[in-house]
Amino acid sequence: MRRVVVTGLGMLTPLGCGVDATWARILAGDSGCKKIDTFEVSDLPSQVACYIPRGDGSGGTFNPDQWMEPKDQRKVDDFILYAMCAAKQALDDADWHPKSDEDQFATGTMIGSGIGGLTGIAETAVLLKERGPRRISPFFIPGRLINLASGYVSIEHGLKGPNHAVVTACSTGAHAVGDAARLIALGDAEVMVAGGAESPISRIGIAGFCAARALSTGFNDTPQKASRPYDKDRDGFVMGEGAGVLVLEEYEHAKRRGAKIYAEVTGYGLSGDAFHITSPPPDGNGGFRSMSMALKRAGLAASDLDYINAHGTSTQVGDEIELGAVERLLGNAASKVSMSSTKSATGHLLGAAGAIEAIFAVLAIRDNVVPPTINLDNPSVQTAIDLVPHTSRKRDVNVALSNSFGFGGTNASVIVQRVTN
Amino acid sequence: MSEIGERVKKIVVEHLGVEPEKVVDSASFIDDLGADSLDTVELVMAFEEEFGCEIPDDAAETILTVGDATKFLEKNAKS
Repeated sequence: MRRVVVTGLGMLTPLGCGVDATWARILAGDSGCKKIDTFEVSDLPSQVACYIPRGDGSGGTFNPDQWMEPKDQRKVDDFILYAMCAAKQALDDADWHPKSDEDQFATGTMIGSGIGGLTGIAETAVLLKERGPRRISPFFIPGRLINLASGYVSIEHGLKGPNHAVVTACSTGAHAVGDAARLIALGDAEVMVAGGAESPISRIGIAGFCAARALSTGFNDTPQKASRPYDKDRDGFVMGEGAGVLVLEEYEHAKRRGAKIYAEVTGYGLSGDAFHITSPPPDGNGGFRSMSMALKRAGLAASDLDYINAHGTSTQVGDEIELGAVERLLGNAASKVSMSSTKSATGHLLGAAGAIEAIFAVLAIRDNVVPPTINLDNPSVQTAIDLVPHTSRKRDVNVALSNSFGFGGTNASVIVQRVTN
Repeated sequence: MSEIGERVKKIVVEHLGVEPEKVVDSASFIDDLGADSLDTVELVMAFEEEFGCEIPDDAAETILTVGDATKFLEKNAKS
């Protein structure tokens, strides 16, 4: 099969607009969480979220007008705007701006979302009830559809290869990276713009996840402490928003044009739990199988892993089940592996999570450093695995695996590794 | 320009993101101001909202320029 490498990165996260802005704050152990202040929360059990920092665009802030025309912003839900921001960063970083038919036909998009335009759908439903169908905007549908993130990005940048989108809840971003890499490996594209975007911080979004008992409710007055994977006081995840996009490219294509190569995507595993709509099975066999499959695909042993970016959302049940599956996978190698949950800092970006976390895995390899699990004061279980509490750590990272698990019992694991010839 | 004309112009500038100077009576929404077919549907909705009147589909089809809109609304505006 053809080899696939990462040649461009772009992200918009609660820690900043841009890869450098986000990564610096991740390594510093910062939290992106704050009290919700954009809608009424007095009747909601969870009142904290990880917002992207909006501003004039300076100092790592997000200025929407730099990424999408104001007249187009009005037509779409924010997840599309966020995808546009991350995709432009990634394409600029890769220095890939296809102009010829050949290059445009060879470049595709696969940007997914967990939920898509939830906010716009909720607002429009109210409008329909109160004012009737004549008030529904012609942009209502195209501005909410999940695949319109890929659609807008492909139109903006003239990308005429595969135009696809993943929808697998919280494993969307990881599936997008893995599936896009596969399209390149099989020869359907030379370059793929892949990732995820999510804009779930709205009254209906928080209310919905609260009803599913998924969100943290005990840290409303200390938001920066709310996301605390593996800690004994964890009580649910914290909703985050943003987007992550990677430019994936066939290895020889990247070499020919002298592209900067960050890492190689060597492993990808997928599995289903067939157990419950929101809970993983107690033995974590779905996650175990997706990790095992990714290792097999990469031709690696578990002992080859240096860093695991965990799914680790900070829920009572999920964190320990994943940890158990990872321990089973690693066996005696557990003590040499570092595993952290960057969701402790970013919150849970749902469909964008797997994409930003694949980027963190790539950056861990680039910089030989592992990002921390912040707020991990008292681990709820003892483990030989280094969970990187509180502070980032320099260490050799040549092989990194990123896990993402989603509602519906869907699991994905992606392995990236340092490029060797 | 009439008061209604000014209000039409404001809506067009806002919805299509174009320079105010370009929004003249003879300007065609699609050919001169960069609108697509969905934009024109939304523009008609915005006119209905602003002027408190209904613009039936057959009338909307005849509103192709800024001047067409102003002329129609000068006759039919309710607010």
